[in-house]
Order: sequence, then C-alpha cells, then structure tokens
Amino acid sequence: MIRQLSRPHRNRGDRIFQGWTWLMAATVLALIGLLLYELVLGALPAISRFGFGFLTGQTWNPVSGQFGALPAIYGTVVSSLLALAIAGPVGLLAAIYLAEFAPPWLDGPLSFLIELLATIPSVVFGLWGLYVLVPVLRSPIETTLHNTLGFLPLLGCTPLGLGMLAAVAILALMILPYVTAVARDMLRAVPDDQREAMLALGATRWEMAWKAVVPYARSGIVGGMMLALGRAVGETMAVTMLIGNRPEISACLFSPSYTLASQIANEFTEATTDMYVSVLIELGLILFAVTLILNGIARLLVWRVRSKS
Amino acid sequence: MRDANESRAIQIEELTAGFGSFTAVRQVSLRIPPNKITAIIGPSGSGKSTLVRCLNRLHEEVRGAWMQGRVRLGGHDIFATDVDPVQLRRRVGMVFQRPNPFPTMSVAENVVAGLRLNRWGRPAGLDDRIEESLRRAALWEQVKDKLHVSGASLSGGQQQRLCIARALAVEPDVLLMDEPCSALDPVATFKIEELMKELAEDITIVIVTHNMQQAARVSDYTAFLMMGEDRAGELVEFGPTDRIFTNPSDKRTEDYITGRFG
Repeated sequence: MIRQLSRPHRNRGDRIFQGWTWLMAATVLALIGLLLYELVLGALPAISRFGFGFLTGQTWNPVSGQFGALPAIYGTVVSSLLALAIAGPVGLLAAIYLAEFAPPWLDGPLSFLIELLATIPSVVFGLWGLYVLVPVLRSPIETTLHNTLGFLPLLGCTPLGLGMLAAVAILALMILPYVTAVARDMLRAVPDDQREAMLALGATRWEMAWKAVVPYARSGIVGGMMLALGRAVGETMAVTMLIGNRPEISACLFSPSYTLASQIANEFTEATTDMYVSVLIELGLILFAVTLILNGIARLLVWRVRSKS
Repeated sequence: MRDANESRAIQIEELTAGFGSFTAVRQVSLRIPPNKITAIIGPSGSGKSTLVRCLNRLHEEVRGAWMQGRVRLGGHDIFATDVDPVQLRRRVGMVFQRPNPFPTMSVAENVVAGLRLNRWGRPAGLDDRIEESLRRAALWEQVKDKLHVSGASLSGGQQQRLCIARALAVEPDVLLMDEPCSALDPVATFKIEELMKELAEDITIVIVTHNMQQAARVSDYTAFLMMGEDRAGELVEFGPTDRIFTNPSDKRTEDYITGRFG
C-alpha cells in the first residue's frame, strides 16, 4: 500500500506535461538568445571598427564611412517619451471615463472604436499623417507657435511640418489605444468595495475614481504605459514617413530627426558595403538595448511604488 | 442635550427600494433612536443591506437602483432634491462586511482619507485626529508604531477597526455597519462588539447582522425583516431587543429567533 503511494512514475502524464511546457519556455529563451547572437555577430565588424565612439558619434556619412548612432538614439528616446507624455495622461483620463462614468450605451461603442484604432496598420497612420496631419501642423500650429514663442529654443527653428513634432503626434495617437484599453481593464478589475469605501466617506465620484480606484490599479496602469512605450520605441513605418529622416540632434521640436528603427528601415536597401550593413545591424542591437533599458527602468519604478506602500 | 441627540435620530417612512424590476424592501417604516444600537436581523435576501444602504444613499450608486418613501435624519428629509449625498455621507458613516482599507495608503493615511476629501491641500491638525480616531476605534496601542505601513498589512480584525477609525475620523452622527464581523474570528468580533457599545455614547449605530446572538448581545433595539410572497423584504417587527428576543409579538419572529427557519 505504502509502496504504491510512493511510486514515482505514477505521475508520468504530469512529468510529460511538465517537460513539454519546460521545452516550450526554453524555446522562447533560445530564440531570444539566437536573435541576440545573430545581432552581435552581424554588428561585430562595426563594433570593432568604431567601438564606444559609435554610441556618442553624431556624424553620419556613409560615403566617407563615418557613422555615429547618437542622433538616432536621441530621436528614439525623445520621440517615444514625448509620445507617452501625451498619450499617458489622455489615455488614463479616457480610461477613467470609460470605467467609472460612461453610461453602458456609450461605453460599448466607445471601447470598440478605441480598440479599432489599435488595429489600423502603421502605414495607414503614416499616410494620414503625411496628407492630413503634416499640413495642419505646419500651418497654423507650428507657424503660430514659432511666431509667438519662437524665442524658446524648443520652438525656434523653421516650421516644416515633417519632423520630430509630427512623429511625436502620430506615435501618441498610435499608442493611445493601448494605454486606454489596458488602463480601463485595470480600473474595471478594482473591487467595488474600494469604490464604496471612498463614497461612504463622503467622496464625489471624481474623488472616488482618483483617490481609491486609480491608486489601487496603479501598477497595472504603469505596466500598460510601458507596453505602449515599448511599441513607440520600435514603431517604424509611420515614424519613417513623418520624422523627416535627418540624423541630427536638435533641441527644436520642428526640426527633422531620425529614430533607430526608421534609420534601419530607410537605409537597408542603400547599404552597399559590408561595413554599412554591419553598422545598421548594430543600430538594431542598440534598439534592442534601449527597449531593455526602458523596460528595466519601468519595472524599477513599479517596484519602488509598490514597496513604498 | 435632548435636542442634540435628536439630530442623530433616523425616521424611516414607507421606504421601498430595489433594483430594476426587483423590489428588495417594501413599505418599511421605523424610528431608529439616537445614541442607541439598533440591530437589523432577518434571513438572507430579506433586504437588510438594501435598507441600511438607503440611509446613506449608497444604494443609489448601484446601476438600476431606485428608492421611494422618506428617510429623515434629525427631522430633515435626506431624499430631498436639495440634499447632496456627498455631504450626507459625511454625517452617516459606514463600515462594510469585508474590511476594505485602501491598500496603497498607510494606516495613518487611511484614517484621514475622509478628511482630505472635498478640499485642496492638507487640512491642519491631521496628526491629532489620527491618534484620536485610532483610540476611539481601540486600535491605537497596536498600530502606534506602524502608522506608516500599508493598511492592508494589518490582521483582519485590525483592518476592520481601521475602517471604523476611518469612518469615525469624519465625525459622523450615525454609523452604519453592514455585517461588520462576518469575516472575523470570535476574538476580533468580541472586540468590535465592545467598541460598538462605547461608541453608542456619542453616535447612533445601525448594525445589520446574520448572527442573532450578536444582535441580542449588543443591540438596544431590533428590527426583524423577512421576505414576503414576491421576495421583497418587509418589516415584521421592531422593538426593544429584550422584548423581541423574550416576548415577540409576531409568530414569524418567534420562529426565526428560536431557529425554526432561516
């Protein structure tokens, strides 16, 4: 009787299942490892040629063989963070409205439309940006800003339409549905007793949402924003069409700029020498690292907020 | 003194409330005396919770909820159109079935959460109010050294007393308690019952309970609710707890308290 109970291979099905899931998990890890290995291998010629100077170099001249990645790194980080700075608050407020205030007949269609926004192909956003957004940005928005507040370096250069601001605007629009949908789901998952506790203390509905519901869901909301930031960092097509594609660092919002993803996409077909190809692969490696670092910072942030409470 | 007390009396007149097409309580009329503990007992589904949730108008926050009739607090009709439910709830506090402290706030922040509503910035004298409220809730000695840990890290009984302190900090005239001990062990339950008796010196307490022994132990008055033929809860009997439990005038009350059903 005791021997039967302790016989280990009675759980053979369990072990097969466990082994199978382990294998699948390991495959994912192996794929990431392989990807990283290939990137490093491809980038090795560029790395050994330019070293750390590649990360800080600002010149990009394929003809003379001078390559620096800083403008693209700068453009990637700045465009993504600015996009999140716009889409984050707007998305959160929209989510609060959907989860706490919208009547049922409005909530359904509105949620559907927002999710629909997330399924629009990037190239369509790009086209819309080129033909609708850019002309409006150039005049009146950028021209007015330049004429009234042009003494600020941020708004000091010639309004072109195409440039950092256009890329930021389109990125904000593209990540908005992610921020909104995730935040809305997180807010909905907050137990009703939290809402009632705040209402019973004499809170208005807005105070209830802001002081009880949002704090309860905050780590999930920040997580959703990080997901959106990750998407903004890697977004290629729409940004390539709108950012102006000039590898320059400028404090001015209107000036043409570049991102890692759009530089790779734009120049891959032109990369005629092995070194040029290797340089672009190294840009890919840097993009990988930027994503990881931003994610790491975000996790640290969430973790600090959690451990403080 | 008598007038001051009267402002804490609740007069319920022909209260009918429900959700959508469902009527949860029908035609309930009773007077809840000030500075006493009134227990509302009855089987599951007899509308006890709906009844007390009408007293701070929390009932109306539920989608599809409706209510009719009149409830007077100190003579003022709280269903009147010019009454702001937000202001009403500052006078009529509530403690819920499951302890529900705000997990992202510390113990101290939980206590003063209500004081920081409807205003900008931090009101003066919060620290004094934290200690005073926690003392009234008989929790100060246990938490005075951990005021800055999360409210959710306390034990279940302590969490519930934290919720009571949070409700008391706003200085309500009435405290509604919706089965406040049903998620707690007997020791924690005993502490809360002792606390209720002390609090009743200053405020009116209405407690919904499943537990008839609890009603008999703590309350001065008892209302017995039961669902009628169409499942709507009706008031069967109301009176001093001693009389309800020793000499009920309605056969159904007697059956219920002697455990013949429910």
